[in-house]
Amino acid sequence: MTARPTALRPPQHRFDRRVLPWWRTQLAIAFAVPVVPLTLLGFLIAPARPWLLGPAAIVALLGLATSLALPVWWFRVHRWEVTDTAVYTLTGYFWRTWRVAPMSRIQTVDTTQGPIQRAFGLSTVVVTTASSAGAVELKGLDQERATELAARLTELTDATPGDAT
Amino acid sequence: MSEEPNPEAEAANPESPDATPWLRLHPDGLKVTALLMVGVFVLVGVPVAGGIASESSWPVALAFVVPGAAVLVGFVVALEAIRLRVSRYRVTDSRVEMVTGLLFKRRRSLARERIRSVDLGSNPLERYFGLAKVKVGTGETGSGSGSTSAQTLTLDSVALAEADRLRAELMRRDEVEASDGEQRLATWRPAWLRYAPLSFLTPALAGAAVGAAFQVSEWFGDGGLPVRIVGDLVEAYGPWAVLGMGLLALLVLGAVGSLALQGEAWWNHRLDREPGGTLRVRRGLMIARSLSLEEERIRGVEVVEPLGVRAAGAGRLDVVAIGLKTDKDGSDLSTLVPAVPIGYARDAAEAVIGPMATELSPHPRAARTRRLRWAAIAVALLTIAAVTVHILWTLPELLSASVVLVAVLGSAFAVWTAFDAYASLGHGRDRGHLVSRRGSVRRATVHLDRSGIIGWRIRQSVFQRRMGLMTLGATTAAGKGHYAVIDADEHEILDFADEAVPELLRPFLIREDSAG
Repeated sequence: MTARPTALRPPQHRFDRRVLPWWRTQLAIAFAVPVVPLTLLGFLIAPARPWLLGPAAIVALLGLATSLALPVWWFRVHRWEVTDTAVYTLTGYFWRTWRVAPMSRIQTVDTTQGPIQRAFGLSTVVVTTASSAGAVELKGLDQERATELAARLTELTDATPGDAT
Repeated sequence: MSEEPNPEAEAANPESPDATPWLRLHPDGLKVTALLMVGVFVLVGVPVAGGIASESSWPVALAFVVPGAAVLVGFVVALEAIRLRVSRYRVTDSRVEMVTGLLFKRRRSLARERIRSVDLGSNPLERYFGLAKVKVGTGETGSGSGSTSAQTLTLDSVALAEADRLRAELMRRDEVEASDGEQRLATWRPAWLRYAPLSFLTPALAGAAVGAAFQVSEWFGDGGLPVRIVGDLVEAYGPWAVLGMGLLALLVLGAVGSLALQGEAWWNHRLDREPGGTLRVRRGLMIARSLSLEEERIRGVEVVEPLGVRAAGAGRLDVVAIGLKTDKDGSDLSTLVPAVPIGYARDAAEAVIGPMATELSPHPRAARTRRLRWAAIAVALLTIAAVTVHILWTLPELLSASVVLVAVLGSAFAVWTAFDAYASLGHGRDRGHLVSRRGSVRRATVHLDRSGIIGWRIRQSVFQRRMGLMTLGATTAAGKGHYAVIDADEHEILDFADEAVPELLRPFLIREDSAG
């Protein structure tokens, strides 16, 4: 008996296409945090200019490359699915994480929307269980779809008996 | 609900189920607070006075410190007197309620059916006055932190007899009232105190002693004193003798401290099962502790074998229970049985959760390769560090030798721990539990109630993917919230998860035999 090829199938749905610009904006902001002060200081302090603008340029280039490439990769991998019995997600490229939360153990279902998400019309569905290991989050659904999904999840969890612990 | 609280008389006669009178805290609590505050101010006041005296003179220092301390002690005692006067509590048929506060009335009310633990504790002072603190906790932790304080109610403090009465009343469950008396599950023997010096408390206390030496000399205005003393000793006896003796002395100091602390914490320990489905841990030499734990909230146990303790063939038993915070370092709240011979720990575990699986399946060879790679990285880093230090600076002989010694010992330990950690890895399943063993420095075997698993978190890094490994995490409402089987075979572990909790993972699996 060699290893049986039991494997996890990817969840059915991809996230909304607008997650690509959303992720890119987040990455751009993250990279802007070191780049902008370095550039500003570089223009203000003439003697240290090459020492400030050099790193700034390198970080900016790295940022540009990651912002372009990483979201495409993520988009291929990140998936979600909601069945009648469970919520199932797959996230991460370098550290793939599959999460399964059964309907009977779900405690709360929320939707949240950050300012950048709002600009792209996206929203996050947060599904918490009684575990302190963290909630299952579906980040980057179309906002209307997220609302519908949250309503459906609430209905399903209400219909499933159990004290969730 | 508008009964006028009747002082004293009712505290003596709490058995009136219909009226459910409000009860008061014990007035002797004030004496405890007063004595405690005086103690604290002596401890704090002496260094402060010393500091002032070194700048001026002792009479001046005392003139500042004594009245200041008196005012502060008086203030705290007055506040405590008010708190004791205005606090009221009562236990009704369905709730435990407490009202406190003079200006801002605070009312806390816990549903009795939600109560998960009743924790009694008394420090030596309280014991002298026959008092105990009663901490009533519910299982409402949910996710995230900071949610504990809102759901506990602390009676600080009541008479010992009243505390026992409360504990018995609150942990009682209606349906099992008539079952037989309590059942002893485990008892600790003083001889097992021999495992105390082997715990990680010993080096930690030794380190703390060094820190304390510097702190105290800082108080007396000469922070460099310990360094100079060591310098003089090195001058007199040579560096190796001082290093060897110093380490030995510190270890002995740590061992003694560890013995004292653990002896105090676990003296007179016993673990009982009480009628009504409650586990009760009682222990403590100076501070008497008692933890009652509703068995309904228990989701498993963890047999923990820290390196030193394991080398002596011992281990301790922790409980995985809802509402008990186990992730805090140094907390022994969740420990049911301290370090005892491993056989006893297992017996106690079986007494708590029933028969346990002993056969664990080993993990694939790739898991060992992965650990050896980590060890290789550690060895490489240590070598680079040692070499760089020697290239950059010319070191005195002693320092150079110590650096090399540390690098060699560190490397040897890294390689050994890689093999040992692989040997630890294992997972299994019995009738009710999922079993996972891992760790070298802290080897832990968790037996997690399968019906307590409320989700899966499966992870695979790029490196694991290339080696065909996978980490299966079971999420649960109890204990740490997440227990993992690490670096198992990526196919086998999915079958294992599927069998452990039927129907949960199945819809998301692809199998060879499934059509299409």
